[in-house]
Amino acid sequence: MTLPDLDPLWLTLRLAGLVTLILLIVGTPLAWWLATTRWRIKSVAEAITALPLVLPPTVLGFYFLVFLSPNSTLGGLWFSATGTTLTFSFVGLVFCSVIYSLPFTVQPLQATFETLGRGFWETAATLRASPLDAFLTVISPLAARGYLTAIVLTFAHTIGEFGVVLMVGGNIPGQTKVISIAIYEHVETIRYAEAHLLSAGLLAFSFLVLLFVYVMNRRFPIHVG
Amino acid sequence: MSVDGMSELSFDLSIAFGDFSLAVAERLPLQGITALFGPSGCGKSTLLRILAGLERRAVGHIMLAGETWQDGEISIPTYRRGIGYVFQDARLFPHLDVASNLRYAEKRSQGMSSAIHFDQVVVALDLGDLLRRSAPSLSGGERQRVAIGRTLLTRPRLLLMDEPLASLDFKRKGEILPYIERLPDAFGVPIIYVTHDIEEVARLADRMIVLQNGRVVVTGDVESVLARLDLPGGNEQFEAGAALTAHVLRHDPHYRLSQLDLHGQTIMVPQIDAAIGSSLRLRIRARDVAIATERPSAISVRNILSVHILEIMATLDSPHADILLDIGGSTLRARITRQSVDELQLAPGHAVFAVVKSVSFNAPGFGARQLP
Repeated sequence: MTLPDLDPLWLTLRLAGLVTLILLIVGTPLAWWLATTRWRIKSVAEAITALPLVLPPTVLGFYFLVFLSPNSTLGGLWFSATGTTLTFSFVGLVFCSVIYSLPFTVQPLQATFETLGRGFWETAATLRASPLDAFLTVISPLAARGYLTAIVLTFAHTIGEFGVVLMVGGNIPGQTKVISIAIYEHVETIRYAEAHLLSAGLLAFSFLVLLFVYVMNRRFPIHVG
Repeated sequence: MSVDGMSELSFDLSIAFGDFSLAVAERLPLQGITALFGPSGCGKSTLLRILAGLERRAVGHIMLAGETWQDGEISIPTYRRGIGYVFQDARLFPHLDVASNLRYAEKRSQGMSSAIHFDQVVVALDLGDLLRRSAPSLSGGERQRVAIGRTLLTRPRLLLMDEPLASLDFKRKGEILPYIERLPDAFGVPIIYVTHDIEEVARLADRMIVLQNGRVVVTGDVESVLARLDLPGGNEQFEAGAALTAHVLRHDPHYRLSQLDLHGQTIMVPQIDAAIGSSLRLRIRARDVAIATERPSAISVRNILSVHILEIMATLDSPHADILLDIGGSTLRARITRQSVDELQLAPGHAVFAVVKSVSFNAPGFGARQLP
């Protein structure tokens, strides 16, 4: 048995890290808006946000292919600007993964913001804190546990991604060959030992991540009120 | 009240949600304590929130000292209004200790011209021993004291207090009241104080606005409003009575009594810690006042006042009659049975004696609020 190529591992970690970072920046205002708005279209926005949870990855992957290909508007613009395609590239994978993992960032954050309520937000405003100031100095620290959950779940979910990657990214070493694709390839070529190693590694990693989240939830309840 | 509005708060506001609507217009001088009084659900807290800019759906205008806070499309956001707000539930930030909660406000009001300083607030509200404590570890009363201190450190131009004592028991209320009482003089900040407790109004406020079902029933200085007979009285909500201002004449250490002057007549109260000549707000409940047509001689009650009957109000569906009494221009209120009114043949204009069984008062005195 030979040690499997570790490139897919580093690629996967890079992808998950980048996606988590982008989703924190994009997901925070979206989750805050969903938690505080009284608009009727809130339900529509919530449904759209949750779609990646229920759709088969192949459906997502199919539409990404359609909208990211160089023949489409978005893919075409990207191609004329950079000379590369969005499909079958790392950048395209990041784009797809952001949408694929969106609910795993937005839902824990929204739930945390809803639990906090408007009380502390209003209080900060009466203490002369601007909205951004209030968010950074009061809401964020009080929502720390929600952020931890969101970060861990988003990171882990992106690592476990397979169907979308297969359809949009293919299997290009160093570009789109993430760990789940590598396992698939090992199995297809009947190299079970390598597949075992990577699979067991992923299994252990996922378990530890979830254990971490639940332990943190128990040990550091946030005091409110 | 100045003509140009430079030292007043004026507003003309309305808001509606569900089957509740609020429509109020008032002009208030920016000094002392104004009580917003009424039963729960009358809209007093909503009005306070609108003044703070926390109710976006309100329409109308708000002006403070010549500056527009709200008018048509204009609405200055809460954090730029320079108001302080004390919530009923304190709302200290749980992730900060007491000192950091106070500094949070202080840091953001550094550029404001104000004489309010950190150490001064800590001394005035006795927060010294609490500074290192975490917010969730404080008792209800301590939490509210810290909240008041934090609000003061925003160096507000107007302090809004929303039932700050409502969540406290009787004993804790008594501990916090003296602190609130001193605020306008000690820190020069005018206060709008929301409460449904008439005792708090009588003790703290200079003037009051009575709200019912989202409308103003009456506005005026506390003594004259409390003296009116036509207010929603009789029910538990509004314990009828009068508020009067008296002056300290002398102390009697032997009997531990203080002698007060009330328009040339004498009132004795348990000895209080106030300087001779300082003024004191008394509250005398209508049910604590009996009426005699001759001065009673052999009686344990010390406070017997010579008064004139102004007005008698009685309805056939109640055993009681409310009687307004004139004492040197101020008004006292008595509640006796209609049977007594008939038997004593009482009528407006008659000179009678008011037998006062109980007096409550603020301490250490309205005119002489001093730090302990």
